[in-house]
Parts: sequence; C-alpha cells; structure tokens
Amino acid sequence: MSMRTLPLLFINLGGEMLYILDQRLQAQNVPTEKTSKVMNDIICTLFSKPFMEELFKPQDMYSKRTQRAVLIRLAHSSIMRLNQASMDKLYDLMTMAFKYQVLLCPRPRDLLLVTFNHMDAIRAFVSDTPAILNQVEETYQQLIKVYTPLSDGEFQLLRQTLLMCFQDLQIRVSAFLKDKVQTCSGRFVLPLGGPVPCGSEVPGLIRYWEACRGQEVCHLFPSGGAYCGALPEGSFHMSGDRVITLGTNISVYSAAVPPSKPILALQMSIAPNLLAKEELTLLSHLLGSLENQDPDKTRTFYRVNLFTVDMEEEYGNCELSFQVLNIQAAKDQQAEEELARIVGEFTEKGEPSSSPRSKGDDLLTLMDELQ
Amino acid sequence: MYHKEKSIQIKSSASALYNNLSVLRIAPRCLTYFTVVHANVVNMVSASWDGLNFSHRQLQSKEGNIAASSSLIMQASWCVLPSRELLVLTSQKGIQMYESDGSIMVYWHALDNPETPTAQAVFARGIAAVRENYICVGISSGSVLVFDIPSKGSNVMLSEVLEEHRDAVTDMASECSGSLEYMADLVTADDSGLLCVWKSGEDFQLLHKIPGFDVSCSSVKLWKGTVAAGYGTGQIRIYEAVTGIVHAEVNAHARWIYSLDIAPFSGLLLSGAEDSLVRVWHLTMNPDANSVEVEHLYSECITDTQICGAKFCDGDGYAFAVTGE
Repeated sequence: MSMRTLPLLFINLGGEMLYILDQRLQAQNVPTEKTSKVMNDIICTLFSKPFMEELFKPQDMYSKRTQRAVLIRLAHSSIMRLNQASMDKLYDLMTMAFKYQVLLCPRPRDLLLVTFNHMDAIRAFVSDTPAILNQVEETYQQLIKVYTPLSDGEFQLLRQTLLMCFQDLQIRVSAFLKDKVQTCSGRFVLPLGGPVPCGSEVPGLIRYWEACRGQEVCHLFPSGGAYCGALPEGSFHMSGDRVITLGTNISVYSAAVPPSKPILALQMSIAPNLLAKEELTLLSHLLGSLENQDPDKTRTFYRVNLFTVDMEEEYGNCELSFQVLNIQAAKDQQAEEELARIVGEFTEKGEPSSSPRSKGDDLLTLMDELQ
Repeated sequence: MYHKEKSIQIKSSASALYNNLSVLRIAPRCLTYFTVVHANVVNMVSASWDGLNFSHRQLQSKEGNIAASSSLIMQASWCVLPSRELLVLTSQKGIQMYESDGSIMVYWHALDNPETPTAQAVFARGIAAVRENYICVGISSGSVLVFDIPSKGSNVMLSEVLEEHRDAVTDMASECSGSLEYMADLVTADDSGLLCVWKSGEDFQLLHKIPGFDVSCSSVKLWKGTVAAGYGTGQIRIYEAVTGIVHAEVNAHARWIYSLDIAPFSGLLLSGAEDSLVRVWHLTMNPDANSVEVEHLYSECITDTQICGAKFCDGDGYAFAVTGE
C-alpha cells in the first residue's frame, strides 16, 4: 500500500508519547529539570537527521513488532526507565490516541494538519534548545516538501494503510470513555453532525437537469444528521492556525487511567521473520544517534512508574475468543523475547544487564551493549 | 422500506478499502456468497437463503511461488461472464483469479515491481467483467489490463493494456442493464476523478473522457448508458456515459464515499460512506426530457462504523448488505 506512512506514523505516535510523558511526569512531581531532560532527549532522538532520513525513504510499513520496538527504544533514549507494565500502558494510550485521530480526520489530507499539531507542540517543548529546535524546523520543511504535493487519493491510501495497522485495536481508554468519545465496546464514536470537511457540501440536496427544458430541478432529502458548513482550511505552512484540533494536547492524560482490559488484542503480524533487513537499518540509525547523543557515558537512569500502584493491573494471559474475530490475545512468545531483549535488559534496578545474550550480528543486542 | 436482519459474522473485520464487499447470488442452490477483504486475506462466507447455514472459507494473497503471502489485498470481486463466474483478487503483488467458490486458482498475473521501492505505491485495484469474455483490472500506474477469459480452463491471456489514466485506478464497472443497445461497455475511474468510457472488443475503444475536478472518484457504476460516480467529497454525480453530460449532482454524504451499487432491474442506487450512513436512491430515466431523476428513498445509520462496502443482494434491490469497521 502507501510507501509514505512511516514519518507520519512515528511523528504522531512520538508526539502522543511526549504529551503523555509530560503530563504523567508532572503529576508524579518529577523535578522540572528531569522532565525537560527526558523530553529533550526523546525529541532529539526522534528528530535526529539519520533517523528522519531513514523514515522518509519510500518503503512499506514496518511490522507491528518493529514499530513497538522502535517506540520503546525511543522512550528509553532518555534517562527515564519504564517498567514493562508502564511501557505497555504508554504504548496502548499512544496508539489508541493516534487511531482516534486517523479515524476522525475529516479529510485524509487533514492527517498532515494533525501531524503539524504534534510538531507545533514539540517545537514549543524545545523552543529553548536551539540545536534540537533546528532539527524540528528541518523536519517541518521535509514534511511540507514531501506531503503537500500528494493528491487526496494518495492521502486516502496512506490513511487506509495506517487504519489497517490499527485494525481491531479496541483498548478502552478511560479519558475517551468519560468524554463519550469511545463506547464500552472500545469503538470510537462517529458523530452524525458537525462541520463537513473542507471541499464537501452539507448533505441534503439533489439537483438534476432537464436538458430539453433547460431547467434545473432541486429537491431536498433528510440527511439524518446535524451537519453544518465546513470550517476554513487549516494552514499547511511552517506555522499558522491548523483549525483541526486533533493532535493537539488534550489534557486527558493527567486524569487517572483506571485499569483497561484489552478486548481484542493486536493481531500478530504474519511474516515469520522477526525483523526485515530494512527495519534493522532503521534501528541501526537510531543506534547511531544514541551513540553520539551523550558523550558522558556514566548516565544515571531515572526509573519511573508512569501509572500509580492502584491503577496497575496485570494484563495477564487473556485468552479471548470472540464471535467475529478469532484472534488469540495470548502473548506471542517470539515477540516477547524480542522485546525483552530490548527492554528487559534494563531491569528494575535501572542497570543494564552485564551479560548480553549473544554478540555478533544481532543488532538489538549490539544496541544494548552500547548502552 | 428496509428492515435489518441478523448480521452475518465473518472471520475477521473489514479493512478500510474502497468497494470492500462483493456479493454473488447462486439461485439454483439458494445461496448467496459474500467476500470481504481483511489485510492479506479474503473472507468468504456462503449463506443459505433460509438464514440457517453458513460456510466460511479464507483465501490468501499470493506472491510468485509463495502460496501464502503478507502482501495486502486491495479488492476482491466476482466477475460474472455468460460462460463462467470467477473470483478476482487484486493485491500489491498481482492479480489472482479463482473459480467462483474459491476452491481452485485459475490464473496468476504478477505486477512489475521495481527493484528499489519508489514513492509511488504499486498495486492492482478496480475489477470488472465486460461483455462475453473480458475481465479488466486497474493498476496504480493508471493502466487498465484487459484479460481474455476462455469459457473454461485456465488459458487466460492478457489481451490489451489501456493507457489513458495517469493516476491510480480506483474502480471500474461494466454496463449492468443486460441490454446490448448501449454503446458504452465499461467505465474506469481514478484518483484524480477522471472517468474513461470504453467500448469493448479485440481493441477497446475510448469513447469519452469525463474530466475529474481533482476529487478522487472511489466508486463507479454503469447502467443504461448512465454513469453513477461517488467521490471523496461525498457527492454522487450522474453522467451520460458517451457524452459526459452531467445529469444530476447529489450532496449525498458528509464524508468520503466508499461504495456504490445499482440494482439493474429496478434502477435503485445504493451508496455507503465513511460518515456511517448507507442510502438508497432511485434513478428514473426520462429520455424525452433527456434527464435522469434522482430520488432519495431510504437512509440507514450503521452506528460508529465507517462503511467500506455496500452491495445489493439481488437484481431488484430487495435486500442489501453492508460492511465496515
């Protein structure tokens, strides 16, 4: 399908990650300078030149495993260390938030405005750090250069590719449930009203021409919704009023996140290989940026429990079989091992494990060794 | 006008793809087949008319010699020809044709994939059975492949490649009235909204090009020489095929239209869109006034579901089926 999904996927998911971390770290009274350091480190890694160059290359979507691995690695490119449960919750929140934005986007092209909303917030986070700010500004330019010429049809293909990635993901998020944006079954609410997308007309009018009489006949029909005219188009430039609010920092994440059982787990990817060659290349770029990032190798890690004890819940082994979708929610052993190698190396004590499992060509182990 | 019947559960959810539902009615066996695409798999369910028996089958995309592939399927559609019915799957890698029950693959056509990935995605999309013996399939480059189908067996040949579209083909449709009096046999649509109208034959002949207005046309039908086209803006337009004259314009939906269908015996038009609404219209041909009247008959909301497939289950439009996510 679309070969242009990765930059939008990672910038938007990364943006959501930053919103959540910002809120949660503040709620847990983490000192401001530590929060800033965490945010800056993540933004610096996300927007590093080699990483962005790799993302912008035309290519198929990564497997879900690789996407998750990269995002976990991103979260841990800072001094912050999350335990498995926190990381799982963070990932679930991020993906559901982005799924909501992709689904509710009025026009497929507005996905770019959603991306700019995330970028605008990121720019504000790093406005005091010129080096990182520069990387962010360059990415704006890349986004404008690559995406503004795409046609509506190409944007829809991109959106369809992203939706396929989030298909069947129906984790309930308490903030969405509270705002009635999500139903108890995990589906997002699609309102039957509001402004129509830019370029569309409010439904309800039929016009046909009687050519021989040279007259136009108009009829109205009940649209079944409460629609109104389109809002003005948002700005696709480096800055400006984006109009669309999807992708801005909704302060939902500061609210408590009660336990949320996934009803339907992510469908496991079908490809038998853990990581394709291209995906390894991306990780090696991430690796490269991590290497250069902190000359002071004696880093102390900051361990964080993102969600307090009484919110925690064991996901456990939920073997659900559902009428419509016979997807096993049981954890994929291979994926677990893979992720464990990236994340599990960082134990509760915040120290990297002293004995990596295997050296040689295993890129992920290489990443951990360098840490 | 319509009442909702019991839903048919399929093995996995419908992917957000244009025209993601195909229906085949097998009257002699009192069965209806439905297919819905989910990523790299096509879910087929055959439903008995009494609503008591369901039988499921899954088909996977193919890639060269690999039987099962992760390459994504863009569309699955039955092609009904006088001599046989074939199920056609289009994917990122190529075109697969099966016997109508999905049991045997009859033909595989690989798409030319560049060595290094380019920004332009490669896939096949848009399927139509034309006249006696042609199946046409669209490609992301804009080309339309014309296959010559034998009355039985697997000796399918690529007969012609039509190069009029510059943008990715989205959908195509053949004249479905069953009458031979209309000149146009096929209409093809693309991402820019351009519609090409063709006459079939050993060499397909371009009859007319109806320009798009840079709005993607995602679904198209051809009935009694009249084109019904659904657009990304939520509009439906009705044109006279051979001249391109606009007969009617409907502000039908608040979001992108994903599927159109026509019931050829009654002139009912069905539209399904991302706004979660499915609507039924009636087209009345008025040759004396040289007009086509459009009347809205019915709307149904499939709550919190972006519709991606909507099809009538029979030629009169007594029933219709809908899929979405």
